[in-house]
Amino acid sequence: MARTESARTVSARTMAEKVWDAHVVRRTDGEPDLLYIDLHLIHEVTSPQAFDGLRNTGRTVRRPDLTIATEDHNVPTTSGPIEDPVSRAQVDALRRNCEEFGIRLHPMGDASQGIVHVIGPQLGLTQPGMTVVCGDSHTSTHGAFGALAFGIGTSEVEHVLATQTLPLQRPKTMAIEVEGALPPGVSAKDLVLGIITQIGTGGGQGHIVEYRGEAIRGLSMEGRMTVCNMSIEAGARAGMIAPDETTFDYLKGRVHAPQDWEAAVAAWRELATDEGATFDKVVKVDAGKLSPWVTWGTNPGQGAALSSSVPEPRDAADERALEYMGLTAGTPLRDVAVDTVFIGSCTNGRLEDLRAVAEVLKGRKVADGVRVLIVPGSVAVKEAAEAEGLGDVFEAAGAQWRGAGCSMCLAMNPDKLAPGERSASTSNRNFEGRQGPGGRTHLVSPAVAAATAVTGRLTAPADL
Amino acid sequence: MEKFTVHTGRAVPLRRSNVDTDQIIPAEYLKRVTRSGFEDGLFSAWRNDPSFVLNDSRYDGATVLVAGPDFGTGSSREHAVWALQDYGFRAVISPRFADIFRGNALKGGLLPVQLSESDVAALQDLAESDPAAEITVDLDAREVRAPGLTVSFDIDDYTRWRLMEGLDDIGLTLRHTDDIAAFEASRPARMPVTQ
Ligand code: SF4
Repeated sequence: MARTESARTVSARTMAEKVWDAHVVRRTDGEPDLLYIDLHLIHEVTSPQAFDGLRNTGRTVRRPDLTIATEDHNVPTTSGPIEDPVSRAQVDALRRNCEEFGIRLHPMGDASQGIVHVIGPQLGLTQPGMTVVCGDSHTSTHGAFGALAFGIGTSEVEHVLATQTLPLQRPKTMAIEVEGALPPGVSAKDLVLGIITQIGTGGGQGHIVEYRGEAIRGLSMEGRMTVCNMSIEAGARAGMIAPDETTFDYLKGRVHAPQDWEAAVAAWRELATDEGATFDKVVKVDAGKLSPWVTWGTNPGQGAALSSSVPEPRDAADERALEYMGLTAGTPLRDVAVDTVFIGSCTNGRLEDLRAVAEVLKGRKVADGVRVLIVPGSVAVKEAAEAEGLGDVFEAAGAQWRGAGCSMCLAMNPDKLAPGERSASTSNRNFEGRQGPGGRTHLVSPAVAAATAVTGRLTAPADL
Repeated sequence: MEKFTVHTGRAVPLRRSNVDTDQIIPAEYLKRVTRSGFEDGLFSAWRNDPSFVLNDSRYDGATVLVAGPDFGTGSSREHAVWALQDYGFRAVISPRFADIFRGNALKGGLLPVQLSESDVAALQDLAESDPAAEITVDLDAREVRAPGLTVSFDIDDYTRWRLMEGLDDIGLTLRHTDDIAAFEASRPARMPVTQ
């Protein structure tokens, strides 16, 4: 902490520093800053022990009006109740806790239910310059709006419930400058997978990343959310993108958008990193070198161009990953056959993602023997997709068009891979067993997932 | 929270990098609504392999985990910390920790100790050649001591004080409710509310 408070306010600041400084409730030398939290998102998995903690100490929720809950991780994506009694008990606990502490909940069947990181932006609750937290690492998604958004553990969930603040050491700042424009056929998902391959799963550790440059400005809000979503897979505390017309157009007219719109936009325009502000670390990425990307290993940094081959292992970790994945170095990635294709999650379960999938599947059929699950990120996404006829396209192609939830992104609900089964998945984690014990995951973009569904092998739309 | 000052115990060498929290405790165990008894889920997939280090009875009762770089990546699940503690670990040593895991560990009193790759490798060599060797993690002196090795580690004064006193963060913050109320009074009115 070389700079003093007064030096920081007069000198040029990054967007992350501006948002941080605007939320400091208390700053004392030698202690973490006490930071105010504008929005606390809750789901059933990481909250029950936090509510128990409140009850055990006789504490209450300080700001239920800055808190919102949804059911997502455990919910089945076919109609009907939760069959698994343990999953059901967890969802029931959330319902009781929200009732007892006066928190707004969007339960299964509700028109605003969905994955926690899909519903916040969709309702207009996620806005530029806010601090947003959730007991879920992919809270980084909300940084796409120029919010400072990060995942927290259950002890911190309890802390935010009780105090609406968190004691935090200010992370360092990092710029990822994406230079040039994305080539045709290369999506936000390919971009972020390429970035993680370049900087590694620990590359952003201890930093708040700001994504900058022409290729980033050219992304839609959905694309920006995809990029920020996976910041955590590069080890970063949070990812952010400066708000601009794209952001304002997305937010305008949403349920929780500000009443005094002009004043809000004027304030949001001030958030961008000042000319001359310095980042602790700068990484440059050449957008022109990117192409459809796919992971071959068991962490998101183990990726390669789909047009290439399974690489030679560089160390013991690579060897272990190849063994788990059942792959041999030198095999063209396009020759890798899959059993399942999963399209959905908080990374790629939004309307634009589903449109990209429909564009590929329209007039085509899913390959024989391949299970294809298409899962909207929220009930609202499902309704919008159906209004455009996307649901019909998916079903005509032979894919399963499901209800909203986290689904096969993680194995907490009935949608799972069997041991040894291989998937192409638009989710964010290819860890061992993430999609079911023994399951093997290749992370891909929605368009690649759709093309893979058609051939049964890892495929880009241009290959069809 | 249990106080942490000095801990001495035997070590388990986990020679793996990128040990993500899905490996430390798989999603299936996250359905529970209680806060104890997660030891059965710790590394549950890897424990099916008889050659996995935790299945080696020479390491029974060990309390210090010595792991490769990027320990605790992935999910924010604090259950990963609970599982390590419920199994009996008091400290984890690694060349690099994921931020959220490190934060969660410090909340619960499981000490994450960051040492250089070569010091970690030396501790792993020691635990492999002599599983009975004891390692001391001294938070007071900010030092790790083992036969043939004494190294210091970094931790900020505030975090160290909180761990040594076993203080609850919420209790500390609630001393500043006046500051919080003052901040709330000055928040811009345009900020959204959920109700
Ligand atoms: S979709 Fe996957 S990554 Fe996103 S919140 Fe759900 S489980 Fe987590």
